[in-house]
Amino acid sequence: MSEMQLNQKGAKLVDILSGQEERILAEWMKEMTGSTRRGDLIKESELRAECTQFLKLLKQTTEAAGTDFQSPSFGPMREMLGDVSRGRAQKGFKPSETATFVFSLKRPLFDQIQTQYKGDTDAMAAEMWSLTELLDAMGLYTMEVFQKSREDMIRRQQEELLELSTPVVKLWDGILALPIIGTLDSARTQVVMESLLQAIVQTNSRMAIIDITGVPTVDTVVAQHLLKTVTAARLMGADCIISGVRPQIAQTIVHLGINLLDVTTKATLAAAFSVALQRLGISFVRDAAKS
Amino acid sequence: MAVVSTENVPVKTEPDVVTVRRRVREVSSQLGLSLVDQTKIITAASELARNTIIYGGGGSMQVQTLNGPRVGLRLTFEDNGPGIPDVDLALRDGFTTGSGLGLGLGGSKRLVNEFEIFSKPGAGTRITITRWK
Ligand SMILES: Nc1ncnc2c1ncn2[C@@H]1O[C@H](COP(=O)(O)OP(=O)(O)O)[C@@H](O)[C@H]1O
Ligand SMILES: [Mg+2]
Repeated sequence: MSEMQLNQKGAKLVDILSGQEERILAEWMKEMTGSTRRGDLIKESELRAECTQFLKLLKQTTEAAGTDFQSPSFGPMREMLGDVSRGRAQKGFKPSETATFVFSLKRPLFDQIQTQYKGDTDAMAAEMWSLTELLDAMGLYTMEVFQKSREDMIRRQQEELLELSTPVVKLWDGILALPIIGTLDSARTQVVMESLLQAIVQTNSRMAIIDITGVPTVDTVVAQHLLKTVTAARLMGADCIISGVRPQIAQTIVHLGINLLDVTTKATLAAAFSVALQRLGISFVRDAAKS
Repeated sequence: MAVVSTENVPVKTEPDVVTVRRRVREVSSQLGLSLVDQTKIITAASELARNTIIYGGGGSMQVQTLNGPRVGLRLTFEDNGPGIPDVDLALRDGFTTGSGLGLGLGGSKRLVNEFEIFSKPGAGTRITITRWK
């Protein structure tokens, strides 16, 4: 299709929009009432501003570049649709509610075409077709951005959760504790190991207690990851004690045939702490006057 | 022996292992298995589910609750993967063709009351484990 034709096509859309913005805007907003409108998630004024901005851009862009959404002239429109989409993903809109931002504009525009092309069915059909193609392309683009920003959000949350759930606490001078909660998969082990090793160096600790009270299942993969962590800590000069080994977990480990090297294991964190203090030669005496 | 209920759980990707463990925990606790027995069959299921994914290319787990005369839980892991050429060797502690500890098959056998394995190169793998109450 030549540039000339494209521009002509665009020009028609401009005619349709010109002077009718207010009316189209009102109808569009009405179309969106209901499921897509989501008054609970977006303010009426905000939505109106988005729609007004969209119509203005649509008029400018199609006037200059026709209805080919792939053309570089549609850059600002893509940017705007991207913002709309990302904003909705963050606000908690459903994918369908987001897509209809674009699709609900179809009826108001088609109504305008019908009024303006009365009698000229060929021109009307051609105009509707190019408009359908454009709005569909925009709708799909909105979905792509929506999907991508949801994926980004989930990945970010997962990363944040990983870091949140692996705190290293200093129990005493030279003694660290690392409570693990949940399952110990490869990604998790990596984070756990890094924060433990870093804390060992920073605090110059010689004992590290890895507490697995919060790990529901210790299978061979979890065991392998624990052993890897213990070995790495040893290389940094810290000895490890594994605590929170409940009786049922101890039995399972034995049946699996896992060799925990010569790592000391304890049922409770308190018992492990006591062993750690002993190894560092620290002992406590009860104050006779207070007991 | 009466099968009281049967259900299928997909075992295709790593997160499915978590689902498998959760489901086995729910069912075994409903059956009234002791905490130790629950932990044993959950751990065995975790091992076999991971093998199904890593070595079998994905498959499924069938969960059956048994009643009459004995109450028990039976799990069948099935895949259409490459199969195991030498089952005795694969069951041996420390044997792995991957990067694991090589304790999954032998270990899960020791964790349950009944262990049945059917596997042939090209014919996939089916492993059935049972833990009685
Ligand atoms: N479903 C399966 N399909 C094909 N091969 C399997 C399957 N399950 C286990 N194997 C083979 O048996 C070996 C031993 O398994 P396992 O005892 O669980 O140890 P690991 O998982 O550490 O390798 C595996 O390395 C693999 O070669
Ligand atoms: Mg295994």
